[in-house]
Amino acid sequence: MFATIRHWLDERFDWDDLTAPLRHKTVPSHRLSYWYFLGGITLFLFGIQVATGILLLLYYRAGANEAFESVQYIMTRVRFGWLIRSIHSWSANLMIFTAFAHMFSVLFLKAYRKPRELTWVSGVVLLFLVMGFGFSGYLLPWNTLAFFATKVGTEITGQVPITGKPMMIFLRGGEEVTGATLTRFFGFHVAVLPGLATVVLLMHLLLVQRLGISVPPKLEVQWTRNPSDKREMTFFPNFLLRELMAWYVALGVLGALAAVFPWNLGVKADPFVPAPAGIKPEWYFLFMFQTLKLIPSKVWFIDGEVLGVLAFGLVGLLWVLLPFFESDQPSRTKRWITGLAVFALAYIAGMSVYGHLAK
Amino acid sequence: MAIWRNKLRSSSTPRCFVLASFVVLAACLAHGQSTNSCMDCHSALPEPLGVSQEKFSQDIHAQQGLTCTSCHGGDPTSDDPDKAMSRKAGWKGKIDRKQIPQLCGHCHSDPSYIRQFNPSLRTDQLGQYWTSVHGKRLAAGDTKVAVCTDCHSVHDLRAPSDPRSTVNPVIVAKTCARCHSDAGYMKGYPIPTDQFAKYSTSVHHEALAVRGDLSAPTCSTCHGNHGAAPPGVDKVQNVCSNCHTFQAQMYEKSSHKNAFQAAALPGCVVCHSNHGITHATDAKLGTGPDAVCMQCHTPGDTCDQARAGLLGSLSRLDEAIKNADRVLSLAESSGMEVSEARLGQDQARDSLTKARVTIHSFRTDLIDQDIRAGLQIAAKNLQAGKEAMVERNHRRVGLGMSLIAIGIVLVGLRLYVKKIES
Amino acid sequence: MTGDQLSRPEPMRRRVIGIFLGSGLLASFASFIYPVLRYLVPPAVADLGGDEAVAAKLTDLKPNSGKIFRFGSRPGLLIMNSDGTYRALSGTCTHLGCTVQYRNDLREVWCACHNGIYDLNGRNVSGPPPRPLDVFDVHLRGDEIVVSRKREA
Repeated sequence: MFATIRHWLDERFDWDDLTAPLRHKTVPSHRLSYWYFLGGITLFLFGIQVATGILLLLYYRAGANEAFESVQYIMTRVRFGWLIRSIHSWSANLMIFTAFAHMFSVLFLKAYRKPRELTWVSGVVLLFLVMGFGFSGYLLPWNTLAFFATKVGTEITGQVPITGKPMMIFLRGGEEVTGATLTRFFGFHVAVLPGLATVVLLMHLLLVQRLGISVPPKLEVQWTRNPSDKREMTFFPNFLLRELMAWYVALGVLGALAAVFPWNLGVKADPFVPAPAGIKPEWYFLFMFQTLKLIPSKVWFIDGEVLGVLAFGLVGLLWVLLPFFESDQPSRTKRWITGLAVFALAYIAGMSVYGHLAK
Repeated sequence: MAIWRNKLRSSSTPRCFVLASFVVLAACLAHGQSTNSCMDCHSALPEPLGVSQEKFSQDIHAQQGLTCTSCHGGDPTSDDPDKAMSRKAGWKGKIDRKQIPQLCGHCHSDPSYIRQFNPSLRTDQLGQYWTSVHGKRLAAGDTKVAVCTDCHSVHDLRAPSDPRSTVNPVIVAKTCARCHSDAGYMKGYPIPTDQFAKYSTSVHHEALAVRGDLSAPTCSTCHGNHGAAPPGVDKVQNVCSNCHTFQAQMYEKSSHKNAFQAAALPGCVVCHSNHGITHATDAKLGTGPDAVCMQCHTPGDTCDQARAGLLGSLSRLDEAIKNADRVLSLAESSGMEVSEARLGQDQARDSLTKARVTIHSFRTDLIDQDIRAGLQIAAKNLQAGKEAMVERNHRRVGLGMSLIAIGIVLVGLRLYVKKIES
Repeated sequence: MTGDQLSRPEPMRRRVIGIFLGSGLLASFASFIYPVLRYLVPPAVADLGGDEAVAAKLTDLKPNSGKIFRFGSRPGLLIMNSDGTYRALSGTCTHLGCTVQYRNDLREVWCACHNGIYDLNGRNVSGPPPRPLDVFDVHLRGDEIVVSRKREA
């Protein structure tokens, strides 16, 4: 029966030709091949987010007076609502983690080099979008922690010279974090960001598909010198089945986290109570938050916070353009980007831990 | 001018009056006519004769348009001190302490006069004052007692609602304490001087000064202000009942009321003390150092047994609430949503509070009613907590089953991949 | 091992793996789909949100009486006046957070803890309360009395 359907499709859409690239796609096989799974896992978690996100939309209501109650309703009254929401929250965090891991693996395996510069650019843009998802989604349950984290987060945006204030007002939908902010963030979270992310994601996948999978430089040199050493596996089904195993593991981990550590709801946000002590953003913003806290309030004659925000903006931009700073073939042996990557990883990890432990 | 001023500064003799008047005269000539010549000198004089313009402008009387002469008399239009301060012009000079209540009362006991400024301001202060211990002693010739100005201050007298006023609710205890905590000053009076020290440790002081609850009682709330006097042994409960209504109603009907009255014991104060009143705990019903019942009752009598029973009931409810709290916290920390039961816990705590209030009826049947209601609610909440824990275990079973399925798929995939690659 | 020895158990093994994998996939899919299907069925208890609560049934109250109801996570006080009209106020005293009650002898709202009194518009009239009680809107929906938070203008 499958053959009949395939034949039918083939007659009309040239199906075999369409799927040919997929069937001929190969994945290099070597001792570092495991790192190739990370992108796929991130994609899978993104899929989980879309599915659980749509399910949550069935009951969630944006609005300062309703958001918290509707999430509470999901958590208590709706059957398995706790599971759907906990998976959504945990998956979001895992996705950001795997996205970071994916990025650093690409960095260390030199997969961003020519001709894959645009894959890198689209990937980093995706990471920023995912962080945007995290930031906007965190506010949606309208609990105290989220409320004040958003307040602090948008306040930092306001530090940017000239455009900062209008940007902050745009994000908040007014001078203060209110129900208007919630409405906006909800819009960003379920309409704007998914649209953008889908487009960039398709670009990213298309580029991966067009350019094939990168091989670490040393291995590539070895393989070109000695083609008999070359090892590959077909993408379909060999690699995909392995990827499927990774997805199942991810699912198991998600289910376990959701069932054993359900995401708690906190206390409803009240704009008129003083901020609880030790407000911190989500862990993936912690390294930036902690850095801003450590910068002295005045550096030379510039406001420390402004300096920090500008520096992060600049670093972010340079990070996107990273592949373009490495010249072509001759400097293949140059190590500075590896050094930078090690430093960035150590910095992010160190600052996050410090921020977590700091009062 | 400079010579005059130098002389003025160096002079501490009564002649300064004369010298000052010359300066003032010069000033008046320079600035045109002044309608209140008093300030010209007295704003430059040292205490106690000095009253700066700034100080006097804070005074509520000054703000209402009264001037020096309203109390002190005299002729403020004259720049000649002799004429301005002549007895003929009605000048009274320093007001004698004994005369102060009468002087203030001259206006403050006149409803038609006071009405012009504030129709709701009372005019019975002077009458009340004469009924107070202060007033009675003053009338008997004791000038050490407080008169109006001692509490309200003078020349910078502010409305009680002003936080800087000496009679503002938060401040007034300190104002009373200026005399009543001064053992030297209070020598010869048969009352203790530790009231303020005790009050400072009390639950009422904490409410007023720390929590800023302006309705919490201070000295004048129980003793009265202008008619300040001890409430009287048999009337204490009437004072407390102004706020503690339920407790008073129950006490009124209780056996203790008559017993205390017969023994001339001061009602509420017997168990709760007065100035150093602390937060009442169940320990009052116990046998420890905070216990009160056994001060009068004999161990083992029916009342002692009832006391032990009550304490047991209260502890039982307290325990039940804590127990439910424990289970609910456990459920909460394992991620279960128990906010409804948490809300119910508030009700259980309300019942416990109610039972503690009902203690003042000294009737076990009434108290047991509240206890039972509380126990019921606490049991319901405990049940909700237990159900949440059962639900948690269900989740784990479900998780286990799906993890088994996932494990089977993983093993199957592994074998399958091996198969197709062999 | 010779090819002959392998060829016989081979299809057998293949089938066993196929069945094993298939049943695993089926079971795991079932464990994913089941919660989702249950999730899709709307719960029996309707969600009114934090802005509304059913305070009482029409028959619950007599004229000149009051009733405490749950409003979100706090108590509310529903009062039926002598003329049959309804009023709803926050049930939490603004002094120390005790639950207030309607006194039909005073026709006022009274807090037993420290003798605080509010009028029927929620204004603190006497005693310790520093602030008025919040006033809610009351609607009739069928035989239910629905109380809702006043909309911000």
